Amino acid sequence: MRPPVRTAAAAATALALLLTGCSGGGGGTDTNGKIELRFQSLAWQKESVDANKQLVKEWNATHPDIQVEYVQGSWDSVHDQLLTSFEGDEAPDVIHDASDDLADFAYGGYLADLRALLPDRLTADIPEQSWRTTTFGDGVYGVPFLQEPRVLIANTKILKASGVRIPTPANPWSWDEFRQVTKELTGKGKGKATYGIAWPLKEPVSVTLNLGLSSGGQLFHRGADGKVTIRLDEGDQVVPGTIRDQVDTDHSAARTALGMGGSDTLPGLFGGRYAMVPLGFSYRQQVVEQAPEGFEWKVLPAPAGSDGLAQGVSPQTLSVAESSPHKKAAAQFIDFLLRPPNMVRLAEGDWMLPTGTAALADPALHTTENGWATGAALAKGLRSAPAQSVRGYPEWKDKVATPALQEYYSGAIGRDELNRRLVDDGNRVLARYQR
Amino acid sequence: MSLRTSRSARTGQYVALLGYLVFLAFPFLWLISTAFKPARELGSLHPTWIPEHPTLDNFRQAFDEQPLLQAAANSLVAALSAALIAVVIATPMAYVMARHRTRLSAAATGWVVVSQAFPFVLLIIPLFLILKNLHLINSLWGLIMVYVVWALPFALWMLVGYVRAVPPELEEAASVDGASRLRTLVSVTIPLLAPGIVATALFAFITAWNEFFFALVLLKTPEKQTLPVVLTHFLGAEGAAELGPLAAAAFLATLPSLVLFAVIQRRITGGMLAGAVKS
Repeated sequence: MRPPVRTAAAAATALALLLTGCSGGGGGTDTNGKIELRFQSLAWQKESVDANKQLVKEWNATHPDIQVEYVQGSWDSVHDQLLTSFEGDEAPDVIHDASDDLADFAYGGYLADLRALLPDRLTADIPEQSWRTTTFGDGVYGVPFLQEPRVLIANTKILKASGVRIPTPANPWSWDEFRQVTKELTGKGKGKATYGIAWPLKEPVSVTLNLGLSSGGQLFHRGADGKVTIRLDEGDQVVPGTIRDQVDTDHSAARTALGMGGSDTLPGLFGGRYAMVPLGFSYRQQVVEQAPEGFEWKVLPAPAGSDGLAQGVSPQTLSVAESSPHKKAAAQFIDFLLRPPNMVRLAEGDWMLPTGTAALADPALHTTENGWATGAALAKGLRSAPAQSVRGYPEWKDKVATPALQEYYSGAIGRDELNRRLVDDGNRVLARYQR
Repeated sequence: MSLRTSRSARTGQYVALLGYLVFLAFPFLWLISTAFKPARELGSLHPTWIPEHPTLDNFRQAFDEQPLLQAAANSLVAALSAALIAVVIATPMAYVMARHRTRLSAAATGWVVVSQAFPFVLLIIPLFLILKNLHLINSLWGLIMVYVVWALPFALWMLVGYVRAVPPELEEAASVDGASRLRTLVSVTIPLLAPGIVATALFAFITAWNEFFFALVLLKTPEKQTLPVVLTHFLGAEGAAELGPLAAAAFLATLPSLVLFAVIQRRITGGMLAGAVKS
């Protein structure tokens, strides 16, 4: 018995010694006076990755004293990955993320306040409503640089044949008109699809809240004491009410699409099953890549309510880690990435809209091709997503709002039960975060 | 009558087995089909099993966009090393636990079971800090160490069962014949344990090969990342994906474990038969 035990103990000890001797090394430190920054990007489409890498290359070529290493991250797991990196003091210097993911990191002290680091040019170039998406308390913890409105991607042939009025950003459909149009588009025969619309509501909360801004929906109300409570007003009912009516009363929206993600609805759009699908602006790339030859499509603005074409967005952001020893250099690199021509390159790579005023004015983003002009016209209506800085929102979304909205849209519960769960259960969740 | 019943029962069994195999194979076959479809077929309302216009573009794009070969090499090094080390450590431990049932070994077995219930998220931050102090962040060795520790409890548990299945009488007989303790272990016990050791190694390999979260958190630079991490680079926000290249890369990622399993599976069976004859 003893020899094997001894062998195992010796092997384990040797292994431990061997492993401790093999270090992988870190990064982000000065070597010979040169600053080394790590930039973790979440770019994932080829054009976007290429644009980011090319910009890093250009920066490195012109800034020998501040070298940037491109590190590929992924949207799927960025929160957990960053949290661990922050806790372990190994975070990248420059961090790409979405504004709705920043609140916990900002309040947790992991991100640098950028107010004193950013140049006036960049601060002035991005509109106040975009800065609001990355402002938590008194600090600004990220630079919002790309955003996308939700638009209607429509089968042009069906729309034209049906004879419905084609909306424009200057003259959009109202929510009532939209409901009527989807009824007219539904059916059999020329100018009809099986359904007027398919709502991909696998994640129903952000769609409902963000589009709800158009009709004055707010849902989250901050009191004088700074505490947030949930309240459903008339404006909050418009979007969920319309969707519910389309699915359950008019049968103009495909019930089967309710559990789908955005990409899942595209085959139905291409095949004429759905006349329209509401998707993020960047989905145009998939339409261009996957649509069959001869498929004609159009980008339409989402319906407008009492507040016009307003809708909530959570822009993509660039932040600097609080633990970075080179915050100033990191901010310089961000400034370089977000110079207007560069911001345009990043926007084109991601098929999104830049937040910067100068970049947004670029003629390349105002062509009618692939709906760029329609999207650019919607930019001024984009606001901070309603729940952007509400602590406890992720838990409310996952545990309360997602199942409640899914059940409501599918017809399993009524409006009173939806309201009770969103408000009563929701306020209990938020209260725990605001003691 | 009895023969007929037996035949019909057997036919039923084969049909059930076939159904089960089809069910199991469906995702993999669909993955292969998707990997060879051009983008426009991926967006079809009526998808077909066999691509109408098969293409290698997805593979080209996948290799063009991501360092798949480097990632595969990293995964292979990590998974093979983890499997090997886990087995080398677990085998003698399992022997001790199986042959000497004391309160300590019972407690150890209990702990092994409990340790499997720990969620990754609970472990990752302390683990990260420990590895950081050892300068093993962004190191394949660090990742291998984690995989060994992660695979060890279950490997141990598996091997204890295999050791218990080897009759102690065989070792006693060898001892009576004059074999030393070491000779008994090497010539009698280890050969009988071989199928179990191979199965355990396979388990450790596949666990490490598929593991994502530790690799994501511990490896920083692209040249160190493993396949599961690189695969996520084909995914965008809100479930958007480059489906064709993702399927192509995922198909390639499944091949090594499939090949390994196909090769080792025969040995497991062969080893089991050999053990049966000896006992």
